[in-house]
Amino acid sequence: MASETPMEDAIRTKVTEALSPSRLEIFNDSHKHAHHKPMQGSTSGETHFRVVITSEAFRSKMQPARHRLVYGLLRDEMAADGGIHALQLRTMTPEEEERQKAKEEAEKA
Amino acid sequence: MFSTGRPLFSASLRRAARPLARQAALRPTPFLTVFQQRLLSDHTRQAIEKAVSSAPVVLFMKGTPETPQCGFSRASIQILSLQGVNPAKFAAFNVLEDEELRSGIKEFSDWPTIPQLYLDKEFVGGCDILVSMHQDGSLAKLLEEKGVLAPLDGPSNS
Repeated sequence: MASETPMEDAIRTKVTEALSPSRLEIFNDSHKHAHHKPMQGSTSGETHFRVVITSEAFRSKMQPARHRLVYGLLRDEMAADGGIHALQLRTMTPEEEERQKAKEEAEKA
Repeated sequence: MFSTGRPLFSASLRRAARPLARQAALRPTPFLTVFQQRLLSDHTRQAIEKAVSSAPVVLFMKGTPETPQCGFSRASIQILSLQGVNPAKFAAFNVLEDEELRSGIKEFSDWPTIPQLYLDKEFVGGCDILVSMHQDGSLAKLLEEKGVLAPLDGPSNS
């Protein structure tokens, strides 16, 4: 049987293969945007994604370069009619993720 | 101000706030001839270069600053406004008004999504990058270094 989440699967496969992420979280936010005008007539339940990626591959790259790297991996999915309409990205190196965690802990305390 | 030398796209905040029909009428060169996805024509490239250099801070967005047509464009405008960007140094371009601009800017910036922020003709990023730079303080620092913030004393009345 065909997957019910082909886009999410594609994101997971391509990002995992290319970036060997230590953390990869994919959130499908499409339902929050289903009423948006550009989504009229769209039957896909996979149009809006939020993706958190932690990878060594981002080291010594500025944020735009990191995002371009991910956009490049998903070029076909983003260009396709009825494909990915919006892709929110959070891209960190393992150190940045640690620092972020420490900061959040400090704020909680 | 209405010489043919001005940018092809409707530029300033003020201009972006005008009704669409009026804007189209004011535009000296109609900018909606060829639909090209991959090959950016010289004409498109020049028009986009002009747009990018029309102000120190340039945002390509969906809708206008007053009525954004997309949540990510709205968030970007809110951040620039929270940061206190000087309206006199800011220009917004509505890509929904112009299919050639919409596809052209994606290729020009090598960036597949809108909004897109340029600072001194340099690509800064999309909405996620703006949000994270807003949160970690690097956006405030960058905008201050570039001297594009409104003066603190007294409200800006531009």
